[in-house]
Amino acid sequence: MYAYVIRRLFSGLVMLIVMSFATFLMFFNGAVDPVRYTCGKACGVPGVLERNRAMLGYDDPVPVQYAKFVKGVFVGRDFPDDPALRKSAPETIARCDAPCLGYSPKENSTVTSMLAERAPISASLAVAAFIMWIAFGVGGGIVAALYKGRWPDKLIVGTALIFYAFPTFFIGLFLYKFVAIKWELTPQPVYTAFTEDPVAWAMGLFLPGLTLALFYIAGYIRLTRSYVIEAASEDYLRTAKAKGLDKRTILWKHTMRSALTPLITLAALDFAGLLGGAIITETVFNYQGLGKLAVDAATTWDLPVTVGIVLTLSTIVILANIIVDVLYAVIDPRVKLA
Amino acid sequence: MIGRAHHAPSSTVALDAPRDESALLRVEGLKVHFPTEDGLVKAVDGLSYTVPAGRTLGIVGESGSGKSVSSQAIMGLHRGSRAQVSGNIFFDSTDLLQIGDEQLRRMRGRDIAMVFQDPLSALHPYYTVGNQIMEAYRVHHNVSKSAARTRTIEMLDRVGIPNPDKRIDQYPHEFSGGMRQRAMIAMALINDPRLIIADEPTTALDVTVQAQILELLVGLQEEFGSSIIIITHDLGVVAEMAHEILVMYGGKAVERGSADEVFYTPGHPYTWGLLSSMPRMDRARLERLRPIAGNPPSLINPPSGCAFHPRCPFMDEAKYHCVSQVPVFNPELPHPVRCAIPEGERHVIFEQKVKPSL
Repeated sequence: MYAYVIRRLFSGLVMLIVMSFATFLMFFNGAVDPVRYTCGKACGVPGVLERNRAMLGYDDPVPVQYAKFVKGVFVGRDFPDDPALRKSAPETIARCDAPCLGYSPKENSTVTSMLAERAPISASLAVAAFIMWIAFGVGGGIVAALYKGRWPDKLIVGTALIFYAFPTFFIGLFLYKFVAIKWELTPQPVYTAFTEDPVAWAMGLFLPGLTLALFYIAGYIRLTRSYVIEAASEDYLRTAKAKGLDKRTILWKHTMRSALTPLITLAALDFAGLLGGAIITETVFNYQGLGKLAVDAATTWDLPVTVGIVLTLSTIVILANIIVDVLYAVIDPRVKLA
Repeated sequence: MIGRAHHAPSSTVALDAPRDESALLRVEGLKVHFPTEDGLVKAVDGLSYTVPAGRTLGIVGESGSGKSVSSQAIMGLHRGSRAQVSGNIFFDSTDLLQIGDEQLRRMRGRDIAMVFQDPLSALHPYYTVGNQIMEAYRVHHNVSKSAARTRTIEMLDRVGIPNPDKRIDQYPHEFSGGMRQRAMIAMALINDPRLIIADEPTTALDVTVQAQILELLVGLQEEFGSSIIIITHDLGVVAEMAHEILVMYGGKAVERGSADEVFYTPGHPYTWGLLSSMPRMDRARLERLRPIAGNPPSLINPPSGCAFHPRCPFMDEAKYHCVSQVPVFNPELPHPVRCAIPEGERHVIFEQKVKPSL
């Protein structure tokens, strides 16, 4: 088991290196000169571009830049990385502590601190959405499967499909403008830090979480429904019935165990994807999460921030994959660890 | 005949009369119909038989003859589905088709247990073999986990699984096919049921393992005194085990008799067909095996009259009402045969045309 985990971690690491280098190459060796976006109108002043280029380390070849970036992740780095300057004028040096994902001259801030500021908002949103979509999606799917072909089944699947058909921005705007503001049915969806006020945190997350969840619920209802129906027709459920087990044991111990296991993989990966932010929902509800940050960075050519977000997100997804694989080995005895 | 095992009874064993009230199981006029888009599938259409205590009934027939469906009706496994079940199934004096779901549930596994065809798909892949057997025991016995575990290890040992104390914690996929079927048998026997329904228990197994499993069932039957219904399409299997044999065709019984009667003086052309399509080990092979021509009948629109008539090689020369009337099957007789040809003529046909080539 441990060997398996270590092997999975190692392959994840390899994936991470390849992925980060590719991302790095794409952004810092592309058609756009990152230095052009560091100085605005001042770029016209002779010498500014060159100075900024040296200061941010963009004068090195890309592999060297990459090496410095990787080093920065582990030990932090200075902008500019100039030992002479550190002695003579330390106040002109911007320090980026480990794990340093780069420095955004535009925001005058390290990428790490920008991500750290936004991550809790996206994570909260993801958690809220996850709870709702699992509760309604899986719950609805189970109910639909149990009433297969009868009206509760049709009602649940049909309703879910209607919500799925509406675009997220429509549902988000509707919930925001009508449910929260016009009809005042729910508290204003404003983000409050969990550490400040857990109740306000949860209340504020309800509508944006629901907006996000509605998109997933339809898919999870259909999947759960078909997994449960499929599991219910397995031979081993006939065995369970023939043993004289009661309906509840058959449903919860035997049917659900095989129906819900494959859902774990999907749910974990979807959740990991959501941690990276939900662009539309965050925009509609004006939540300053990672999704919003990514859009802002991309539209203003803030390359260090864009790279930082891409790398963070892909790391999360790779980690989620490893966790799912290990989890699967624990819950499905047939998975060979060799 | 193929090599008959010594367990098989001789024909001198007195057969209980079909109407015998003391029989453990009495199936009377059982019908199981499934409504489908294409029409009503009459999977079982008026089936009657009895199983005396401690005896083995073999139900033989090809796919779609209704043998599995009828046995699942005994367990009430069609409840909650769209199947329409009618008739009577008396177990002791309880009509299994009349009692409530909860009462039937308590009998499942405790009084009547089932061994399924494919033990890999019949065992839950996510639970250990021991867990599943213990569950079968604890649902009917209010005992502690450790007591159930002890009992399970005992049963695994009894069915011939080596190192039962280790195997109990393994998963079904870690067992071989034969071991899995032994585990299924242990699960079926753990509550000491009075009736075991074995639905094609050896079909999914290697030929070498088949004999071991049958021997095990016979040995356990002697030890536990249970009745067994063994369902199979393999006459060799019932030759090994059954006291009495019921041949089914198109959802109906076509012949019933003691094992010796069915093997040595079979009465129905379908039974003759089954026997001539079976390989023989006790004689030099003179010619190819002869399969029964044609396909099993439609259960939605069965052939008129005798359901076997489109495939029956003796229909033309028989000149009887094969097509117009369903031949009668009198369960009161010791060896009833559902055939339009009078018994005397059938006997002549069998002796002259069929027996020499068997």
